[in-house]
Amino acid sequence: MALVVANVSRRGFLQGAAYVGGLVLAIGYPRLTQADEARKFGADAMPHGWIDNPSVFVAIGEDGVVSIVCHRSEMGQGVRTGLPMIVADELEADWTRVRVVQAPGDEERYGNQDTDGSRSTRHFFTPLRRCGAAARQMLEAAAAARWAAPIADVHAQNGEVIHGPTGRRLGFGELAKAAAAMPVTSPDAIRLKNPSQFRYIGTDKLKLTDAQAIATGDTQYGMDTRLPGMLFAVVARPQVLGGKVTRYDASAAMKVPGVVKVVQIEPTAGPPNFNPLGGIAVVARNTWAAMQGRKALKITWDDGPHKSYDSAAYRAVLEAAARTPGPVVRDNGDFAGAAAGAAKRITAEYYLPHLAHASMEPPAATVRITQGKCEVWGCFQSPQAARELIAKRLGIPFEDVTVHVTLLGGGFGRKSKPDFGIEAALLSQAVDGKPVKVVWTREDDLHNDYFHTVSVEHLEAGVDAQGMPVAWLHRTVAPTIASTFAEGARREAEWELGMGAINVPFPIANVRIENPEAAAHTRIGWFRSVSNIPHAFAVQSFVAELAAAAGRDPKDYLLALIGPARIADLGWNYNESPARYPVDTGRLRRVIERAAKESGWGRSRPPGSGLGIAGHYSFVSYVAAVVEVAVDGRGEITIPRVDIAIDCGATVNPERVRAQLQGSCVMGISAALSGAITFKDGRAQQDNFHQYTVLRMPQAPRETRVHILPDDYSQPLGGIGEPGLPPILPALCNAIFAATGKRIRTLPIGDQLKA
Amino acid sequence: MTKLDINGRPFEIELAADTPLLWVLRDEIGLTGTKFGCGMALCGACTVHIDGQAVRSCMTPISAAVGKKIVTIEAVGSDAVGRAVQAAWIDLSVPQCGYCQSGQIMSATALLRSKPKPTDADIDAAMAGNICRCGTYERIRAAIRQAADAHAVSP
Repeated sequence: MALVVANVSRRGFLQGAAYVGGLVLAIGYPRLTQADEARKFGADAMPHGWIDNPSVFVAIGEDGVVSIVCHRSEMGQGVRTGLPMIVADELEADWTRVRVVQAPGDEERYGNQDTDGSRSTRHFFTPLRRCGAAARQMLEAAAAARWAAPIADVHAQNGEVIHGPTGRRLGFGELAKAAAAMPVTSPDAIRLKNPSQFRYIGTDKLKLTDAQAIATGDTQYGMDTRLPGMLFAVVARPQVLGGKVTRYDASAAMKVPGVVKVVQIEPTAGPPNFNPLGGIAVVARNTWAAMQGRKALKITWDDGPHKSYDSAAYRAVLEAAARTPGPVVRDNGDFAGAAAGAAKRITAEYYLPHLAHASMEPPAATVRITQGKCEVWGCFQSPQAARELIAKRLGIPFEDVTVHVTLLGGGFGRKSKPDFGIEAALLSQAVDGKPVKVVWTREDDLHNDYFHTVSVEHLEAGVDAQGMPVAWLHRTVAPTIASTFAEGARREAEWELGMGAINVPFPIANVRIENPEAAAHTRIGWFRSVSNIPHAFAVQSFVAELAAAAGRDPKDYLLALIGPARIADLGWNYNESPARYPVDTGRLRRVIERAAKESGWGRSRPPGSGLGIAGHYSFVSYVAAVVEVAVDGRGEITIPRVDIAIDCGATVNPERVRAQLQGSCVMGISAALSGAITFKDGRAQQDNFHQYTVLRMPQAPRETRVHILPDDYSQPLGGIGEPGLPPILPALCNAIFAATGKRIRTLPIGDQLKA
Repeated sequence: MTKLDINGRPFEIELAADTPLLWVLRDEIGLTGTKFGCGMALCGACTVHIDGQAVRSCMTPISAAVGKKIVTIEAVGSDAVGRAVQAAWIDLSVPQCGYCQSGQIMSATALLRSKPKPTDADIDAAMAGNICRCGTYERIRAAIRQAADAHAVSP
């Protein structure tokens, strides 16, 4: 192993820091060898895996400032606070001397950067602990050498190393140079803290890394990049998937003051992938001029094969498919026979429309090309994908593209797709490499999203004399995300089905899950918690319906249905190892019991008020929600309170766990109450927030109480960003049923309760 | 040519008088703290103060701001109310993605200047125009109350 001491100024990611001649611990470090089994799952299975190398993530300046790299994209889930916190804790850094540095897109260097799937903390908890600990041990070794003391007599504490017997101390800054000269901490010799020694992890002690910047407007989101000589662009894109420009006239656009150039972007043949949709771009000296220029374009479109996409008609297509036996994806026992022999048969169908991500920051990216080298700034959830695809589309080497990750003004899955970055790259190329910022307007964002899918979920149960199901059929019909990547894909992928359809956690002897085909007529993408939304809505609503038919309390019924605690290994489990993440229905029971208890479940309620409960496992966490709803005489809904219980194994930043669950709750209620993108003549009908309405403060729950089950660091961590969302929609509708006797099966609720 | 007073400094803007203030702030002057979210005064991300009133800059032509005092998020902390709001935002870890929070802070500060002890209904009404897609509403309410209390104690 070569020890390389690197001068900071050659390290791009530490440029320009208050970095007083400090030295980076730049050490060659072999990858840990993993058991074969570990290679197939979790963080090991993600492209570029994880990196076991403190030098990549930690740098200590002679001034004592500790720079910690965050290699995942910050979109509000708190990675720029939580991930550095992990390193800082094991390192024994003084958090007030920590500076967070955002990594550019470079997965070979940093490990996987695809910020998606609620993976950041749970995949990088141990790797980042190891980085912090390894660096700490080198500092301790340097101090011990300086003092000629046994290593056992020294320990790092809050930015210093202390010699126990004498109380002598040296700051990290004073030790940085010597530490870099120490032998590398051998991977086997890394000493992680006992969790009882955590000072930051698992506490609410730390304020958000970017709170000060956000509160003073001193932030750089994708929208905010500014470069000398930068131009601004908006693109007129096809409003129908597969649409093309047949003819355009830019003469009026070119006359708009500030417009510099009009550029055609060619669409790509085949499935959408992450490619730009194509269209006509207006490049101008400021955003307003570009927008005015676009208004002046005259474009004739060939809308293409999806020009008749109509949501009302398509719903009928889905329903017809849902009412016909389809391809079987799970078959235990004999559903047909058991249902035929059951005391009673209950059927329900649920419809959920397309949703748009509608993050507050629409997509935006800036590209500059100088002497064949391409620099990109943007709000990317996957900067590696942006880098690869921009290189490919421009026809330049991957090494010649640098992707800087800005803050993301929300992502929710939309910004995993770097189509907007490729657009900026093409436009910069079209103006000889001048910097071009492509700005998506809200209309662009709502019309050309990678929409959450539309679905019909058909459920049938044969129940016994006690009202418990002996036979269970779930037929799920929805255009698949796979259609975005493979032309003509019409079946939900294994992982879509594994999000609450196949892995229904009830030990019913006769279970049949079917997935009839559905064609996609728009771009479908992953939206926070993905197919867990329709599947949890249907399953948890249906369970409440069965409870009502049985005349039983819904919470008692749900727990009885889950049955005694057991390990329910039901196929795809977020690509995690069944050994590491057994699905334990006991944990689902406990969050349901906890949420119910905290909500005061069972106490009598005034007329028009009700509680609804739902519990769901997703992204390897267990979440239950109880929603309290009040519905007045005019059918107006208010939500005084929500209780959410989560078992995520253990937490790093519990304050962010609460924030994410509060936020998921708002997003879930928003979707249930009014979220819908509808299509007519192939195009999305909602233009802006007056038509795609999202929850505002007056409708938000007055109080959302999050109950985090106790930390157990012997457990692997569960995801946080997404699991809070799926139980909210059915819990809300179950509460509405409890309050009014009205069962909602079609979302959004809209005016369904109005008199 | 339009003369504007922004954060206490004079600017001479050569763009058309119907250019929305938002784009002058962001693209011409480089004050990017005021954000673009919808362009139709529906989301509140672009909120600034014009003569102390919360105004949506995406639909305010610069001609309408002439002769008035424009204050953006970058300067809202220059008085005690603004500072109290910012401090509460940080203390309660209000932001998630943070993109809407400039507008939220501007709306909250304008509210507290006109109503130092707002009721829940006052807060809902003043803040209903500011969308937060990350769902931080509960903390925004708490931060407004905390700022109101803090400012009442030490105005």
